[in-house]
Amino acid sequence: MSLIEVENITKIFGPRPQEAMARYKEGLSKEELLAETGHTLGLADVSLSIEKGEIFVVMGLSGSGKSTLIRHFNRLIDPTAGRILVDGTDVLKMSQRELQAFRRSTMSMVFQRFGLMPHRTVLENVGYGLAVRGLRKKDRLEKAMHWVEMVGLKGYENQYPTQLSGGMQQRVGLARALATDAEILLMDEAFSALDPLIRSQMQDQLIELQSELGKTIVFITHDLDEALRIGDHIAILKDGRLSQVGTPPEILLNPADDYVAAFVRDVNRARILTVDVVMQPPKARLTGENMARALEEMRRLGERYGYVVDDKRYRGVATEERLAAAVKSAGDGSLYDYAEPGPTLTADAVLETALPTTLESDYPVPVVGEDGELVGVVSSRQMSSVLAPPKRNDGDDQKLAS
Amino acid sequence: MEDYLFLGERVGSAIRNATNTFVRFLVTNYGDAFEAFSNALLRPLVWLEGVLRDSPAIVIIIAVGLLAYLASRRIGLAVAMAVALWFVGTLGLWTQAMQTIAIMIVAVVLSVIIGIPVGVLTAKSDRSRAIINPILDLMQTIPSFVYLIPAVMLFGLGKIPAVLATVIYATPPLIRLTDLGIRQVDREVVEASRAFGASRWQMLTGVQIPLAMPSIMQGINQTMMMALAMVVIASMIGARGVGQTVLLGLQRNDAGQGLVGGIAIVVLAIIFDRISQSAGSRAQKHRHLAQ
Repeated sequence: MSLIEVENITKIFGPRPQEAMARYKEGLSKEELLAETGHTLGLADVSLSIEKGEIFVVMGLSGSGKSTLIRHFNRLIDPTAGRILVDGTDVLKMSQRELQAFRRSTMSMVFQRFGLMPHRTVLENVGYGLAVRGLRKKDRLEKAMHWVEMVGLKGYENQYPTQLSGGMQQRVGLARALATDAEILLMDEAFSALDPLIRSQMQDQLIELQSELGKTIVFITHDLDEALRIGDHIAILKDGRLSQVGTPPEILLNPADDYVAAFVRDVNRARILTVDVVMQPPKARLTGENMARALEEMRRLGERYGYVVDDKRYRGVATEERLAAAVKSAGDGSLYDYAEPGPTLTADAVLETALPTTLESDYPVPVVGEDGELVGVVSSRQMSSVLAPPKRNDGDDQKLAS
Repeated sequence: MEDYLFLGERVGSAIRNATNTFVRFLVTNYGDAFEAFSNALLRPLVWLEGVLRDSPAIVIIIAVGLLAYLASRRIGLAVAMAVALWFVGTLGLWTQAMQTIAIMIVAVVLSVIIGIPVGVLTAKSDRSRAIINPILDLMQTIPSFVYLIPAVMLFGLGKIPAVLATVIYATPPLIRLTDLGIRQVDREVVEASRAFGASRWQMLTGVQIPLAMPSIMQGINQTMMMALAMVVIASMIGARGVGQTVLLGLQRNDAGQGLVGGIAIVVLAIIFDRISQSAGSRAQKHRHLAQ
């Protein structure tokens, strides 16, 4: 069971959403619905599962419904139809009191324009969630101070938000959200209002905090690069409909429709995709010390290169030619001593850094796991096949523009 | 012909008769209740007036100077306000000024007690705003004498109808400015407080009212000024004070006396305005930090 389950959420904005909902079920499109009933379709039949401890990115252009979607999670907006389960509890069935308790303890939020209270100091802002919860002033400020330090704002705690730069203000927003110890963090275009440099710093800080604290983060952005950089899973929304949900490589390599394809076309894949996406099992995996047996095995497979493995540990590469020569002259010896260590890669390296190694190597480069085990090999040919952008479809550009 | 067009001109007399009947009905049946209400209001008013009049003038002058200093933290302003009040004394209107201040303070306190909650209500619900807005227009445009006549019948001549007339006239700007201030609070800040689980009361007291404070303070300031503008009219129904001096000048064709009373009113207005303005801007010190 996932931490957050969103089941068939539909949201229609307007004075009589239920009536419009009935019409929409009859098959009216978003435009027809607006023209005939004056109601706006915000979200259409969106279903998602968000796992505990992941960074889940909801991505889409403005007006795609992403901010509307995230506001359903803590019920700042109520859906017209559908169900939302958080940790197995139906959020929509909560009473006002339960909802308040839920917002205070389980889910906190970071806003695009920070949403800080200008009449409170940084420290009081960070402690706001705790104040709402009724924590005593001393405990509250102590805890708030801890989080002020965590986001690197020590020394600024008695300033007012207007005295800080945008990046610092958003750190206050982040600290305020973290201070409540909520398990789930909703981030609504949290970094969109920041300068590019500050933004990537904040992304790094977020990833760092996430690995330290293990929060579940739902992150909204209109920036695909940002989504690919920080997301474990990405959901792409268009006009209130879900286009695709997947991991960054899945989105890049198998775009579900033309819309997504047009989106990902200009992405620098080498910087996003990692070695494990293109990695393949080695053709000739040589185990045991016996050189003659190894040579036989390679000939049988018709491979010129073999990867020597000693009880799963990778030892090096053996070429057929040299192995044959060695067997002829020396007769017997240990294959382990004979294998050339050569260059290796790790599975989580991005292709941008792995590419030079594969280009310089005559054979597919072995990929080695954490304990030195051989997990696969990568050739420059496999790499270039995924780095080439997908074929351009006519009409993509129009779709993006519309 | 005109008779037909204007329905025999009977509407006016109908309203007149109905109103008179209603007021007479109130007087005969609820006279005691009105008197009780009147006394309840009169007690703090008389007490306050007594305090202001019985204290040595120098104490009041120093107190006003101190108040101005607390509100502004500026010595210059404090001294200027003390001197201004002393000047009213030199005009020979000290007692009258104290009477006017007492009525004004009670009226402003009542206006705040009524105005801020009503302003909050209209800010929270468009429907109540649609109902209350025209009532406010009415309160501000209808000549005071129109409601002074029944007020005098119900409460008798004197201070109480004066206070009520002042409240009716001076509350609308506070209601409007409270409403405006709360509606203008940044929506994302309000949403943030909601997202952190604040109750309606926590949102109101912790976010909306503090952030609407500049506007609310402006409203209180306006209320004070309008209350002072009412003092002459209030004196016509027997409330003593500076207004009475102006009224006497009018009755005796004594332009000089009228001017002296007028100057006293203006000086009092300046004192109240400066003190309340600087209190308002000091409460908003975070706003000036960014510059």
